[in-house]
Amino acid sequence: MNVKRKRRYTLVAASAAALALVLTACSSDDDGGGGDGDGGGDATSSADCADFESYGDLSGKTITIYAGIVDPEDQPYKDSFVPFEECTGAKVDYQADKQFEQQILVRAQAGNPPDIAIVPQPGLLAQLVATGTVKEAPEAVAANVDEFWGEDWKALGTVDGTFYAAPSGASVKSLVWYSPQEFEANGWEVPTTLDELTTLSDTIAADSGHKPWCAGIASDAATGWPVTDWMEDFVLREGGPDVYDQWVSHEIAFNSEVPTAALDAVGTFLKNPDYVNGGFGDVSSIATTAFQDGGLPILDGQCSLHRQASFYAANFPQGTDISENGQVFAFYLPGKTAEDKPVLGAGEFVTAFADRPEVQALLEFWSTDTWANLKAQASVDRTNGGWITANKGLDASILTNPIDKLSADILLDPNAVFRFDGSDMMPAAVGSNAFWKEATSWITGQSTKDTLDKIEAAWP
Amino acid sequence: MSAVQIDTATVDGPVTPGGGRETTAAAARRRLSKPWASLFAVVLAVLWTIPTLGLLVTSFRPATDINNSGWWTVLTNPNFTLENYETVLSSDSSQSLAPSIINSVVITIPAVVLPMFLATLAAYAFAWMNFRGRNVLFIAVFALQVVPIQVTLIPLLSLYVDIDIAGTFWAVWLSHTMFGLPLAVFLLHNFMQEIPGELIEAARVDGAGHVTIFFRLMLPMLKPAIAALGIYQFLWVWNDLLVALTFAGSSRDLAPMTVALLNLTGTRGSQWFLLSAGAFVSIIIPAIVFLSLQRYFVRGLLAGSVKG
Repeated sequence: MNVKRKRRYTLVAASAAALALVLTACSSDDDGGGGDGDGGGDATSSADCADFESYGDLSGKTITIYAGIVDPEDQPYKDSFVPFEECTGAKVDYQADKQFEQQILVRAQAGNPPDIAIVPQPGLLAQLVATGTVKEAPEAVAANVDEFWGEDWKALGTVDGTFYAAPSGASVKSLVWYSPQEFEANGWEVPTTLDELTTLSDTIAADSGHKPWCAGIASDAATGWPVTDWMEDFVLREGGPDVYDQWVSHEIAFNSEVPTAALDAVGTFLKNPDYVNGGFGDVSSIATTAFQDGGLPILDGQCSLHRQASFYAANFPQGTDISENGQVFAFYLPGKTAEDKPVLGAGEFVTAFADRPEVQALLEFWSTDTWANLKAQASVDRTNGGWITANKGLDASILTNPIDKLSADILLDPNAVFRFDGSDMMPAAVGSNAFWKEATSWITGQSTKDTLDKIEAAWP
Repeated sequence: MSAVQIDTATVDGPVTPGGGRETTAAAARRRLSKPWASLFAVVLAVLWTIPTLGLLVTSFRPATDINNSGWWTVLTNPNFTLENYETVLSSDSSQSLAPSIINSVVITIPAVVLPMFLATLAAYAFAWMNFRGRNVLFIAVFALQVVPIQVTLIPLLSLYVDIDIAGTFWAVWLSHTMFGLPLAVFLLHNFMQEIPGELIEAARVDGAGHVTIFFRLMLPMLKPAIAALGIYQFLWVWNDLLVALTFAGSSRDLAPMTVALLNLTGTRGSQWFLLSAGAFVSIIIPAIVFLSLQRYFVRGLLAGSVKG
């Protein structure tokens, strides 16, 4: 009897819980809807519709966007389309998740692609084009890209001679994070050549009592990628942009002379027990430190230099003073001479899978300087910056975040030679597999020759 | 029940008074209930629980502490906050898990009810109805279990696109039903076969048809098995990321908790300290379901699987 009664209680409890859930489901849904409405209302007043007349009336049309850029960086994107939505009547439906790079291929192959995808890698763009679902960029977009971007950027959105995708955001990877306050207190100077960087590292190692460099390369399945950035930066510096291009496109072997010299040069920093790993331990601790944590010891004074891209700013705790004279800032990873300015970077490309008029209109708007400035402003308002573009129409006065200003200066410097992150352009078997894995083994003791031989062997 | 018997055996003292022969089972029972064995079980249980405990402690620590030191340092330096839970649950923050909890429930309930319903019907047919090709069909259903779901993703998605349900809850419900059915049919079939044939025959003699037998006889007797499979399917659907992401996409109106958890850390993973709080929020509902139905779990699964 007892058992039976107990069972009944459990059943009652379970169904009550289920009912409660369903009820909350209904009520919270309403809340969500209300919140969205408010969000849209905020930006109404700022829109000036004269610029949008050429797109015509797109009322009732919806454009879906799919990306890997999630909260909180997604909100500025949504904001930047609000004037477009209000003036043309079209609705932009932005969806994002961090499995984007796998899911977009599945969706393209299954015939279920979004209208527009924000693709962060030229290599992925080429894979998508190979599925036959990507639409060529409209002429108006091509004209805008010719006007606002350099040739090198247009080439990155081009596959087999056809221009598909206009660039959107950009980031600078050739940066070294440091503490301006510590540098000032010790009289250290920001280096302008690679030799000076080495001298500076020696000085810090001798004077400060802590290791000068800190690094972390652990990043789940992508562990090792920060080393690939290091190596790309040094191939650019050892061999110059032309050799870099040959290396990326496999015209020269992965284990040939220049890449070997470049990885050895990286080794004089990352595998030098006198230089690393400030705040964490010995050389092998690089492999077990999360890349998000890699530069944090700078704040505690246990490390002075950390090479990482501009987006690393988001990893410092809230309230950290990130500026020219603050707790942390970054300097440009110098070239061989002060005149050489090779820049390693990354960016996003706006790829269309549909050619309906409303999609083409949004693509055109997206490639203008108007949009670039709206987006930059939205990023400043929502996330304190953290977004720049190589669009020459970008009004640098919008940027308030010192790191953004620095990055924009580096990107738009006429002497700068920009090159895209090589591992993002190599075939996936190397760029997002062998290169990462062998780089990790290299950190934990594998020789430079073995490492490069193995990556070369993995090239499809 | 058997656990209680073991306990009384130990309390009442050794089983073998004065050289009497004891069975192997009794010997095993006696050895397993020795103090050392109990100690071993306790140590194992503690070791197994430590990571979860660490996660729980971490979820209450401030972001800077999580980034800088391990959770065990709370012993010397206790410092707790509800901030992580506030971020994860507050309705203002776009990182909020709240809307996706509802999506998870909306996805899970039909995705459990539908396959359970179909599987019970199918299992009854396979177990107690005679028709041509029954065994071949049953083996075919069972063989479907070995198809990895990854190979079905793209073909299924193109099918859904053709009938225009990609990116809706229907696609997710149907997919979970398909993926869940083979195992459910197999286990329920075995369970039903164990029910004595005399019972069914007696019911037939009394004039019951298949419908009456199914509802009045089978369903009440199958309760433990259905509950066990229900939990199993519930946990699988609740924890699923791949199916939901592929067939429904990541829109906020459709995405379940797992997608929200995936995105919780931010584009570059800088918000990873929120994960522990997010994990505990997502554990609550499965934990309630599991704890309230767990006694069926082991019993039901074992009952169905003994007979192959």
